[in-house]
Amino acid sequence: MTVAVVVFPGSNCEHDVVHALRLLGGEAELVWHRDDDLAGADAVVLPGGFAHGDALRTGAIARFSPVMTEVGRMAEAGAPVLGICNGFQVLCEAGLLPGAFIANRDLRFVCAMVDVEVTDTGTILTAGASEGRRLRIPLNSYEGNWVDPTRRGRVVMRYTDDPNGSQDRAAAVANAAGNVVGIMPHPERAVEAIIGSEDGRILLEGFLASVPQATRA
Amino acid sequence: MPDQTAVHRALGMSDEEYGTVLDILGRDPRPAELAMYSVMWSEHCSYKSSRSHLGRFPTKAPWVVVGPGENAGVVDLGDGWLAALRIESHNHPSFVEPYQGAATGVGGILRDVFTMGARPIALWDQIRFGPLDIPKNRYLFGGVVAGIAGYGNAVGVPTVGGEVAFDPCYSGNPLVNVMCLGIMQREQLVLGTAGAAGSVAVLLGKPTGRDGIGGASVLASASFADESGAKRPSVQVGDPFEEKKLIEACLELYSRGLVVGVQDLGAAGLSCATSEPAARAGMGMDVDLDAVHVREAGMTAPELLMSESQERMMAFVEPSLVDEVLEVAEKWEIDARVIGRVATGDTLRVRHGGEVVAEVPAASLSEAAPRYDRPVAEPDWLASVWDDLLPHDEAPDLTAALLTLLDEPSIAAADWVYRQYDHMLFLNTVVGPGEDGTLLRVKGTDKGLAVSTDGNGRLCYLDPFRGSARLVYEAALNVAVTGATPLAVVDNLNFGNPEKPEVMWQFRECVEGISVACEQLGIPVVGGNVSFYNETDGVDIHPTPVVGLLGIAEPIPSRPPRLGAATEGMELWLLGPDGVDLAGSSFESVIHGHLGGRPAAADPVMGAAVIRLTARLASAGLAPVLHDTSDGGLAVAVAEICIRSGVGAEIAVDDWRLLFSEAPHRLVAAVRPDDAGVLVAMAGESSVPAVRLGRWGGDTIDLGASAGRWSVPVAAATAAYVEAIPRRMAGTSGDACDVLPR
Repeated sequence: MTVAVVVFPGSNCEHDVVHALRLLGGEAELVWHRDDDLAGADAVVLPGGFAHGDALRTGAIARFSPVMTEVGRMAEAGAPVLGICNGFQVLCEAGLLPGAFIANRDLRFVCAMVDVEVTDTGTILTAGASEGRRLRIPLNSYEGNWVDPTRRGRVVMRYTDDPNGSQDRAAAVANAAGNVVGIMPHPERAVEAIIGSEDGRILLEGFLASVPQATRA
Repeated sequence: MPDQTAVHRALGMSDEEYGTVLDILGRDPRPAELAMYSVMWSEHCSYKSSRSHLGRFPTKAPWVVVGPGENAGVVDLGDGWLAALRIESHNHPSFVEPYQGAATGVGGILRDVFTMGARPIALWDQIRFGPLDIPKNRYLFGGVVAGIAGYGNAVGVPTVGGEVAFDPCYSGNPLVNVMCLGIMQREQLVLGTAGAAGSVAVLLGKPTGRDGIGGASVLASASFADESGAKRPSVQVGDPFEEKKLIEACLELYSRGLVVGVQDLGAAGLSCATSEPAARAGMGMDVDLDAVHVREAGMTAPELLMSESQERMMAFVEPSLVDEVLEVAEKWEIDARVIGRVATGDTLRVRHGGEVVAEVPAASLSEAAPRYDRPVAEPDWLASVWDDLLPHDEAPDLTAALLTLLDEPSIAAADWVYRQYDHMLFLNTVVGPGEDGTLLRVKGTDKGLAVSTDGNGRLCYLDPFRGSARLVYEAALNVAVTGATPLAVVDNLNFGNPEKPEVMWQFRECVEGISVACEQLGIPVVGGNVSFYNETDGVDIHPTPVVGLLGIAEPIPSRPPRLGAATEGMELWLLGPDGVDLAGSSFESVIHGHLGGRPAAADPVMGAAVIRLTARLASAGLAPVLHDTSDGGLAVAVAEICIRSGVGAEIAVDDWRLLFSEAPHRLVAAVRPDDAGVLVAMAGESSVPAVRLGRWGGDTIDLGASAGRWSVPVAAATAAYVEAIPRRMAGTSGDACDVLPR
């Protein structure tokens, strides 16, 4: 197994992430949130959805799921850790990324194709793209409005418009080492022309390429 | 002994119906028994006013696996794949409490589909309100959309299309219909049967509470007067997180072959989920209400039997597999309790507090339900409405007319709605909301599933037979635009008070119209729903049947037609018959505030030919744009293509009225000049008229007729079309309008 895709009760993008990673030649397996190890995975994705029904706050319960101990250990060890949408929210709640999420500026759910620009290529998600590269990727969230009063966050992708009020127009944020990345839009929804865009490939291919070679295949 | 007469009336049961209960039991009913009969015999559950007409629908075809009568219809897609589909209304709850009414409508339709063994893959919502200049209607519209979004997004099933319409007739009674499609491998199919004697009833999901008590009888089967606020306790509250876990748990139960049958708990709650599966299996059942997991203490037996608490399912399991079923429930963190056992004989026996509180023939609750042959009479106003014609002897300012139509919320872009729904989850959405038909791929196959849902209250008011038949043709044409051929229809029949003979006439005519059109096109009806009593203060809604049509495209077109695919220099063609038909049109309604005349009938030969031609053109990639001319006619159809493509158009017709005619079986096409010859040849083979009306290009929409020439800048058309709904909804808050929890 190479990439573990974590399933919390309420996750709903886990099969889409597995589909996209496999389409791009990666190996991906689902891991249940109550498992306390990641079965030897070399990288981990926290997918989108509504983990634990967004009770209290998005991600507030998921950070206590048993699997998160191992996710934290991998993040510390420098392994690739990617949170998409709700997974991004979980990483913030777990303290693996700075900042937090509040409701969109217009207090409405936003499901739309948006344009984002890569502003920092030094991460496991953006390594394959060039700086300034514009990508069309679906956004799909109610709490997509990232706030970071500490201003420690390393914004690695920005919306070209401002769909939700996110601070610094941040669409993706990384830790200092660049191995933990959260992205609010869904790159896994943009890997095939027939469903509207292939622009997510460059991100997920970069992510797969960052998975340690020694243990692949 | 309480006065049972008063009790049965309070439960919505007539004296005659109460008499039937006495006959069945041969004694006075106990309170729990009366509660069960009252909900099971409600209009909503028993279809007592409509059943005598519903047998008219054609329901058979070689590919039909499960027809009407189960929780959802099932059709064969080939190669071991099945599709399950169902449509339902949540009109009355949504008027009383828009967010939860709409949300629980979504939850209910999902359960109908995954009860059959299928994974729900998409939802379509058909929502109708009064005009948005009335604050109450903005509140209802905003709340319903937020409820659909709040539940659908969180439960993790994409909402990929539907309809949004506004008309004064829905001001006191909005319509909230929802359709769901699921897919499965053939061996996953599960039916709502209790199985053999000894099989165990396991109640899964949320604890039972006092919410929704009498929802089917008190709320869904009665009309509104002013005191609708008093009915709020009858509206259920949805919890999409519980439903999501329930879906995953049930799908795991099916894939491991752990159940013999499943029944969801919707209207009539436990009363239905025990009696119907037992009746289908020809068995009885012993039920212990003390084993039911509850949300509040002290619930009485009638309350437990009538509760419509959401997110519950009943599974019927062989005794040796019960432990495994409980383990699956534990994994998915849902409650599960053994509450009963299937018994020989036909008696449904319910115990509570150690005592028998109900002992009735199981089948009597469903099969002995009263049937009413309600009086039917053609409305005496019909002839005068047909004679009420506008002269249209002079052309109006067509620039202003077109901009006014594009600003009409029923016609305008519904992006404000669809942006709030996750319409992309599962990576299947090839053609999404805002187009003629939705197209979903089935991963791992070369199949595409197309769906269109269509209703038109004005046409059905003017002529219910013709109007409803045309809905079937329109839905089939919309599906053909994606390259698909029709497979099956589900219908949601929204009508006024069935105790009025004119309403029953409208109902009968609509059933006839849908049936005849389906027979002509060879499409079976595999399920449906009836919603009566859509009236407030004695005023009925327009008869509003909604047709949901499923089609299949195989192979799925790699580039299906889209509204945004017209480019400079393409030719503009009109396919289908000529003809001015303005009766019931948006033009007469929006521009003149008029509703009269008799709409044209569908032409079965031409209709079928246009549908076949359209599917061929779409599959062959010969027309980058194909768009049917429905609401607003040709002028609006052309403008929509211009707006979505960012290009202008020039068209010329003889009679200006052709620009707004809503005559059936017509499409606008954008065609590359090199392909025009093939298009003409294919149209000729199909005996479908094809006329080149102009070209796509420039940045204005130029309308030419013998009466003059008019020009509308694409930018102005776009502003009107895109801003119509957001402008009217500005200032409302996003979440169910302030007072309601998200």
